[in-house]
Amino acid sequence: MIRAVGLILSGDPEVYRIASLSLYTAGTGTLLSCTWSIPISAVLALRNFYGKRVLKGLFNAAIGIPTVALGLYLYLVLSRSGPLGSFQFLYTPNAIIIGQSILVSPIVVSFSASALESADPELRDLARTLGASDLQTYGVIIKEASWGVILAVMAAFNRAFGELGIAMMLGGNIRYVTRLLTTAIALETARGEIALSIALSFILLAITVSVSVAVNLARKPTS
Amino acid sequence: MTRKVSRSAITKRESSVLIVIILGVGAIATYGYVMSRTPARERLIVSTTTSLYETGFLDELKVKFEAKYTNLNVSFISQGTGLAIQTAMRGDADMILVHDPAREVQFLQGGYGVNRKIVAYNFFIIVGPSDDPAGIAGKSPAEALSTIKSAGLHGTTVWVSRGDDSGTHSKEKSLWKSIGLDAKNLRTEPWYLEAGSGMTATLKLANEKRGYTLTDIGSYLLNFNNQNIDLVKLVESGKSMLNVYSVIAGDPRDANLTNANFEGSMMLIRYLVSNEGQDLFANFGVKDFGQPLFKPYLKLVESNSDPELIQWIHDLAFIDGSECPQQYRYNADGLYSMQLTAPVLAVAPFAVLRKIESWIPSVKA
Repeated sequence: MIRAVGLILSGDPEVYRIASLSLYTAGTGTLLSCTWSIPISAVLALRNFYGKRVLKGLFNAAIGIPTVALGLYLYLVLSRSGPLGSFQFLYTPNAIIIGQSILVSPIVVSFSASALESADPELRDLARTLGASDLQTYGVIIKEASWGVILAVMAAFNRAFGELGIAMMLGGNIRYVTRLLTTAIALETARGEIALSIALSFILLAITVSVSVAVNLARKPTS
Repeated sequence: MTRKVSRSAITKRESSVLIVIILGVGAIATYGYVMSRTPARERLIVSTTTSLYETGFLDELKVKFEAKYTNLNVSFISQGTGLAIQTAMRGDADMILVHDPAREVQFLQGGYGVNRKIVAYNFFIIVGPSDDPAGIAGKSPAEALSTIKSAGLHGTTVWVSRGDDSGTHSKEKSLWKSIGLDAKNLRTEPWYLEAGSGMTATLKLANEKRGYTLTDIGSYLLNFNNQNIDLVKLVESGKSMLNVYSVIAGDPRDANLTNANFEGSMMLIRYLVSNEGQDLFANFGVKDFGQPLFKPYLKLVESNSDPELIQWIHDLAFIDGSECPQQYRYNADGLYSMQLTAPVLAVAPFAVLRKIESWIPSVKA
């Protein structure tokens, strides 16, 4: 344990590199996912259409998709012999970003859809009475329910940041290229370098916790 | 009502903007950091075995090789030999570095690989608890396994199998076969445990269960020195325990491998069989373990110090009397006639020329 703390404090550049790559893939993956997930959640929450309940059910069910299963399917798609093989994404950080953005999409869609649904229904009518277009109405409601949407994005980020299956299968855990905190922990444990694994897990926890704390601090002024 | 809504909406928007900025800046900063540390170089993906990887040999190989071939970035994907070969068959690796001659032959015959070279060897050992409950110390591998089996049936010990289709697992299956047992039927026995993971994990499982297992010497020494395990070497010699590592380039004529980095693969193969590459094998581990973890094959052949051992390697790992029969060679350019002492730099000027060639069109444009 003492050795583990020592390893963090010693400031090994490789450890920082691994941690920053983890932040990069999870952060970019989450933001990428938001570009389609938040619009989908708005449509899902605020419009009525045939099959809406089934679709919502599917997104809810997909929240728990096992990362190894998704990793395997994407591996087959991104492999050089697969349909998207010509892009040569496999075993690059981009492959991990793609995988994680798909992984967290159901989380963003489901959580922010329910946040939007629980926004004050009067607000919608009000916006319409004041002559807002559909798109403007969506904007008003997303602003009103922004805290719920932020929570959804945070949950998504944490899921991406802490997952192992996709990073391992699509990234290949290549040193200096696709080694993330989670894959490094798995490898160092397999290698028997327990102190290093513990040190890396502390960093993983510290980042997860401090991101959540930072978000909570940002919320405070409103309450 | 309206005022209340708009006020809280603005502060919330501010907070959401703040979060997006934090995430965005963080992502961009880390991206910049990562990219600045990764110069654009040609990628060479090598799928390889866990035993080579976990000992740290490949990390050292990467540093030494890239220092010499600065336009290449070598990525090692560590898998069991079975999976490593599958990965290359799918075209997701440019070359393989493995230790399972029977599977290597299939790989060559399937048209996936060319230019096989034997690069190193060592021996497998059987390890077990220091009190040796089954009493296998000093026996031959075959006797040891039958002793472990009968002790297992009496419930006094267990055997831990890799169970992951790795080269080590193949060796273990062939050892069971040599005493007339099929490993497939053993899986249901209560004394036969399948770890289904890498060598270190398997050794640790054997250590926890006070059981026996087959391991390569490198992985054993690494874990013993790290005090991960206190298992001891009990059976450690004999032709049947030989472990031979070979390297094979992906065949660029295969449909999945047309984009594979064949030239890079050949450079790494030439490097491994060069004097410098062979010395890397000979010296790795000497400082930490008092002995090399992998022994250089070409040095053995050159010195001819142990004809019997060379014969064993021929018997185990040669295909039709050759390490790579003629039909599995492709643009080998003297790879099979090369003297060990021939400097590997002889190929480097070509690499530089090719690099310059590849720049010319872009300069014109």
